[in-house]
Amino acid sequence: MEAMLSLFFKAVFVENMALTFFLGMCTFIAISKKISTAIGLGVAVMVVQMITVPANNLILNVFLKENVLLAGVDLRFLGLISYIGVIAAMVQILEMILDKFFPALYNALGVFLPLITVNCAILGGSLFMVERDYTFGESVVYGVGSGFGWALAIVALAGVREKLKYSDVPAGLQGLGIIFITVGLMSLGFMAFSGIQL
Amino acid sequence: MSETRKVLIDPLVDNNPITLQILGICSALAVTSSLKNSLLMAIALTAVLAFSNASISAIRNHIPSNIRIIVQMTIIASLVIVVDQIMRAYAYDTAKQLSVFVGLIITNCIVMGRAEAYAMKNGVGMSFMDGIGNGLGYSLLLIIVAFFRELFGSGTLFGFEILKLTKNGGWYEPNGLMLLPPSAFFIIGLIIWVVRTWKPEQVEQPDFKIHEQHALGDR
Repeated sequence: MEAMLSLFFKAVFVENMALTFFLGMCTFIAISKKISTAIGLGVAVMVVQMITVPANNLILNVFLKENVLLAGVDLRFLGLISYIGVIAAMVQILEMILDKFFPALYNALGVFLPLITVNCAILGGSLFMVERDYTFGESVVYGVGSGFGWALAIVALAGVREKLKYSDVPAGLQGLGIIFITVGLMSLGFMAFSGIQL
Repeated sequence: MSETRKVLIDPLVDNNPITLQILGICSALAVTSSLKNSLLMAIALTAVLAFSNASISAIRNHIPSNIRIIVQMTIIASLVIVVDQIMRAYAYDTAKQLSVFVGLIITNCIVMGRAEAYAMKNGVGMSFMDGIGNGLGYSLLLIIVAFFRELFGSGTLFGFEILKLTKNGGWYEPNGLMLLPPSAFFIIGLIIWVVRTWKPEQVEQPDFKIHEQHALGDR
């Protein structure tokens, strides 16, 4: 239990997907203008991450590992294509389920749901899971934690950007430039968590 | 010929995928703490981008538009697997250091972005060139960032000592911040500032203007 809790906090703060691994940067920068949309996207990423990381863990352990499907066959080179396939399928299924049973949430998330397929943070989560050899239980915790960490980061950035709109920025830094500097400062803040052992 | 040249040269500064199109900032920045890793990453990305652009463009008239994303994804993922396997065969140590980031080329927005924006509408040759051009624009930025991070972070370039470190009896005290993730954000932010000062037409309009008459000096 303690190990799980420590893994969760590590995934949220110490190894924050967006701020220490630069994952999901495109959406992170493009869709952080307003806090409300940032929250919607953050929740969507968290849900998808929570489902896909364990799902890919099963795929790895049931089909791809050496000697699992057929004796003497190592299918791990097919990993990348199967993980992205699972992610695309999961996002599609999630979209249909939300549309059918939770139309309000579906409308709120809107265009962000399909976009999640190409969010590096999702694939990155699965690849880290493979590289670090997590068990099924650990992969569930890691999925929730990393998704939550990403959501936290994008909501925080959106909060900063809402205030930043009213500030007088030098012409060349306007827009993208100042956002990068802001994200750098946030990342510096998150550096303070590094080295924490729970 | 001039069209090819334009497609090839434009993405370097005038229409750089990172500083202007906001594409492909993901993942790859994490490898910029050393020049060697970034160079390999840049080559891998340029190769994937060029070949995915070419193959998607070759079958663009046969892809039904409602499943095009899946088709593009499959092509890109297959190319990345090839690159990943080649890297593991010939540059195993570097491939190990790049860890998950080679696989993440699949979701690099630049590949999907160029496939959607250019390869679906243009011929094979031009799409290939567009892939190379955008790959180079991306590589250029990656290498500039890596140059500063490695030079000031560990005093070396490609592992050779340039600035003699104090711990080896030299004069340079390495700046530890340069090896941490925040420095990559700062360097890109500053590069964007420099590029936009040089080419003012790239400057974005602010959402709100501070009204001149209300400025303190006029009161």
